[in-house]
Amino acid sequence: MSWLPELQHYVLLATALFFIGLIGVLTRRNAIVIFMSIELMLNAANLCFVAFSRYLGSPVGHLFSFMVMVVAACEVAVGLAIIVLIFRERRSVNVDDVNIMRW
Amino acid sequence: MGAESFFFYLFGVIVLAGALGVVVMSNPVYSAISLVLCFFALAGEYVLLHAHFVAAAQVLVYAGAIMVLFLFVIMLMNPTPADAREAGGSALLGWLLGGLFFAAIFVALITARLPGSLPVRSEVSGYFGSVEQIGAELFTRYLWPFETAGVILLVGIVGVVVLARLHRKEG
Repeated sequence: MSWLPELQHYVLLATALFFIGLIGVLTRRNAIVIFMSIELMLNAANLCFVAFSRYLGSPVGHLFSFMVMVVAACEVAVGLAIIVLIFRERRSVNVDDVNIMRW
Repeated sequence: MGAESFFFYLFGVIVLAGALGVVVMSNPVYSAISLVLCFFALAGEYVLLHAHFVAAAQVLVYAGAIMVLFLFVIMLMNPTPADAREAGGSALLGWLLGGLFFAAIFVALITARLPGSLPVRSEVSGYFGSVEQIGAELFTRYLWPFETAGVILLVGIVGVVVLARLHRKEG
């Protein structure tokens, strides 16, 4: 591989970003930080879409990443609302404290 | 090393450093700021890829709207030291498993033998990735997904309002 960024460089960068997000989900216990790690993984997918779009010369990947952004915005709004509700009930955002469905 | 290579590696390092910051910072506020840094550098990568509309949307939607929402919720909860309690031994296991999985995929990507060849860099016009082109696609061929995006956002808004009112009625 040469130094000039080609498609595989972008894919490798997206892979690294995805796995950092995955490690965040696996290791952290704070629900908000877990949400941020999920955003990292979604952005890794976006980077792949845009990179393939550039190298295939078609704008469809941009539209896909636009849709990913829409879904991510909704997911964050609803998810954070749920986290706020849990915090009001349990006074904690630690996912280990959310271990029963009814109380 | 040309300007494009230089900015690719510069933004790439900032993206990965910001992402690592999100994962390792113990204070969620620092994590959020780190995530903003990561998103801005990703917007830079999108500009390098001629995706100007996506880069602008990235800054507006992610670094703007979504991160403000995150920071609002963090401030609202005013995290106590009890919330900072993290997993001890299982976190190490998480790093190990995630790292091993990453190494496996990385090696597989580098050593992969493809039947054909990867698409290589070709020149694109300034029209590529512009708001004009994306808008033309969204309002003609991809009108149905675009309208669906509006419905998804509406469902999200209604869902959040219902969740907010649910608590008020009980309390």
